[in-house]
Amino acid sequence: MMAYIVRRVLYAIPILIGVNLLTFVLFFVVNSPDDMARMHLGVKRVSDQAIAEWKAERGYDKPLVWNAEAEGLAKLTDTIFFDKSVRLFAFDFGQSDSGRNIGHDIAQRMWPSLAIAVPIMLVGLAVNISFSLLLAFFRGTYLDFWGVVLCVAMMSISGLFYIIGGQVLLGKLLNLFPISGYAPGPDAWRFLVLPVIIGAISGIGSGTRWYRTLFLEEVGKDFVRTARAKGLSERAVLFGHVLRNALIPILTGVVVVIPTLFMGSLLLESFFGIPGLGSYTIDAISRQDFAIVRAMVFLGAVLYILGLLLTDISYTLVDPRVRLQ
Amino acid sequence: MGFQPVVLATDALIYLLLALAVGFALYARRHEHLRAPWRQVAGSRTAMGALVVLGVYVLIGLLDTVHFRPLQGQDAQGRPRYATEVLSLLDLIAAPLREHREKTYSAPFATHLYMRETIELPDGRKVRDYPRLKWGGAHLADPADRAADITRRVAAGLMLGLVIWGGALLLLARGRLARLRRLFRAPELAALRSAAWTGLVMALLLGLVLNLAGVWHLLGTDKVGEDVFYQSLKSVRTGLVIGTLTTLVMLPAAVLLGIMAGYFRSWVDDVIQYLYTTLSSVPGVLLIAAAVLMMQIYMNNHQAEFNSLTERADLRLLFLCLILGVTSWTSLCRLLRGETLKLRQLEYVQAAQAFGVRHFTILARHVLPNVMHIVLIVVVLDFSGLVLAEAVLSYINIGVDPNTNSWGNMINSARLELAREPVVWWSLAAAFVFMFVLVLAANLFADVVRDAFDPRLRERT
Repeated sequence: MMAYIVRRVLYAIPILIGVNLLTFVLFFVVNSPDDMARMHLGVKRVSDQAIAEWKAERGYDKPLVWNAEAEGLAKLTDTIFFDKSVRLFAFDFGQSDSGRNIGHDIAQRMWPSLAIAVPIMLVGLAVNISFSLLLAFFRGTYLDFWGVVLCVAMMSISGLFYIIGGQVLLGKLLNLFPISGYAPGPDAWRFLVLPVIIGAISGIGSGTRWYRTLFLEEVGKDFVRTARAKGLSERAVLFGHVLRNALIPILTGVVVVIPTLFMGSLLLESFFGIPGLGSYTIDAISRQDFAIVRAMVFLGAVLYILGLLLTDISYTLVDPRVRLQ
Repeated sequence: MGFQPVVLATDALIYLLLALAVGFALYARRHEHLRAPWRQVAGSRTAMGALVVLGVYVLIGLLDTVHFRPLQGQDAQGRPRYATEVLSLLDLIAAPLREHREKTYSAPFATHLYMRETIELPDGRKVRDYPRLKWGGAHLADPADRAADITRRVAAGLMLGLVIWGGALLLLARGRLARLRRLFRAPELAALRSAAWTGLVMALLLGLVLNLAGVWHLLGTDKVGEDVFYQSLKSVRTGLVIGTLTTLVMLPAAVLLGIMAGYFRSWVDDVIQYLYTTLSSVPGVLLIAAAVLMMQIYMNNHQAEFNSLTERADLRLLFLCLILGVTSWTSLCRLLRGETLKLRQLEYVQAAQAFGVRHFTILARHVLPNVMHIVLIVVVLDFSGLVLAEAVLSYINIGVDPNTNSWGNMINSARLELAREPVVWWSLAAAFVFMFVLVLAANLFADVVRDAFDPRLRERT
């Protein structure tokens, strides 16, 4: 087991290097730092000196990958590539274009993101599993048919509609919850209820349909027929045999997203004014703060790879048929 | 009226896509193994109903794809001078909608503006009141006749819709009533019947639009007074372009790399797997954001290279398709690799190898045709997700150009107006309804296509 985990971690390293190179090319080679400076300072009538200052403040005034003027090892380390990209591997995100410490911001904004993403995942999971079990129980009936139609219809609605509609209906017209805002500490729940409800509802369509397929696949298998032949009630079959076996793909599907929960939800956070990493990213995009976007790209990739690793491990834990080689 | 045809970059690709679709249809007609699944699709009531709706959207999109610049007189040497503005056939048909501009917001079917203004009365006094609209309901001398006028026009519109529907059915039945009678009686024609009923709904809507849109703002007007119904129609093309061209531009890479990885194994497989794992491990939205930010910088610093605003917006749309394609080709590549791994073990591929057929001939002749159904399924399945993604991206300001008509832009510019009293809801509602109908039809159609071509794939997509 240990050897397998070590090998998987080692396998992740070249991928991270690839992501790192990709972001470097995207951010520094496609457009030179001069272009970025001009974008920030306004395109026309900007003096070369202003550009040089802007670059010097943010450390963009070094050569890209090879510093011919420096001595020894500094030829490699005193460059933009080393400063901005290689340091990411040590989770040293550096400063944002407006001068704040990105690592500190991330550590702080992670918690509100989790406070909204974890409940959404748990509530969504519970709701989707119950609905899909219901549909699987009534499979082949009109209830099942219209349930699936409803799922497809719910999938076809834009996520923006759920958010805007929920805000207007529950927040503005019925006045049940505050429309947006956030308070640290235990008071936060008042602000979290509405986004969690909306987040869970918007996932029902695709989630329920997907889980229903998983359940129906198990229903057709031999061990289910055996269980029925033994004279077990339909309920015992559904909960004892079908649910337990269908939980394997469901759980592994959940495990893969757990690490990315840290990144928060872009849309929900920015609509509800929650100071998490999602709204952080959106703000950075609209302010065109490249340092933050670069850091988030790298962080997202790390978390995604971590998710894949956890998935593989969890497979072996819940399903003894899977063997690691 | 003279005109100068204009082919934008996305137009050219749409024509290419159209040619490919026609070519594929002709190819499928002559091959039984392709005809059978399509027959199953044609026998499905849901699919045929959805197909009619999709057809209407595609027709609007195609009308909006034929671009030209109208003649605007002659210059000093007598050469024709063309307008800088690029129009489409849809603009020509919907000219009243395009030209009927109000000052600012007005509600659907309103006769008065949304905001008060200082109006000068005939006797010279000035009052603050809601002014009459310049176009919406302007044919009425007395705004109180509004309800009566709308009822009359709705009735006439529904009648017109019925006539259109009946005429179209007769035309399709080549004028034989017996065929029509069979259509509505025969149990084996249930799918066609569902198409006919959906067609009736579409025809009624068309009748209503023809009768009402000329004199009323069906869905109100937006902040700068533009007709929201017109905007929604113009957004159809953007949605379709994003949904189809994205997959079209990623197809060559995804197909080639996917089957190569599965067929050659060894280091080719390793390299290609590494490529797509790396790309797919970057969160899609962030990759798109980064790329679009970089493109904005490029466009800002090279403004001289773009001839017109339309061209610039069009290139941005195309670039967005490219970027979305880069982030979405990996799943197709993975599917194709898996399928090819299975195919290469089959006897006919091994026989070809034993005969010494060249690798690329094997790929082209034996592997590619046998994975094409997966490509088709993925293209159809991805469509609805991409249409929805466009709205989200435009909301974060990394979507299409702000000057392009799109549902995302409509939502983005209207969402702040919900705080107004009374609520300005019509722009949002229009965008969401247009988007919902398209995506729902696409989803329903895609499900049937998937089940017809490869029911096993349900587990994997």
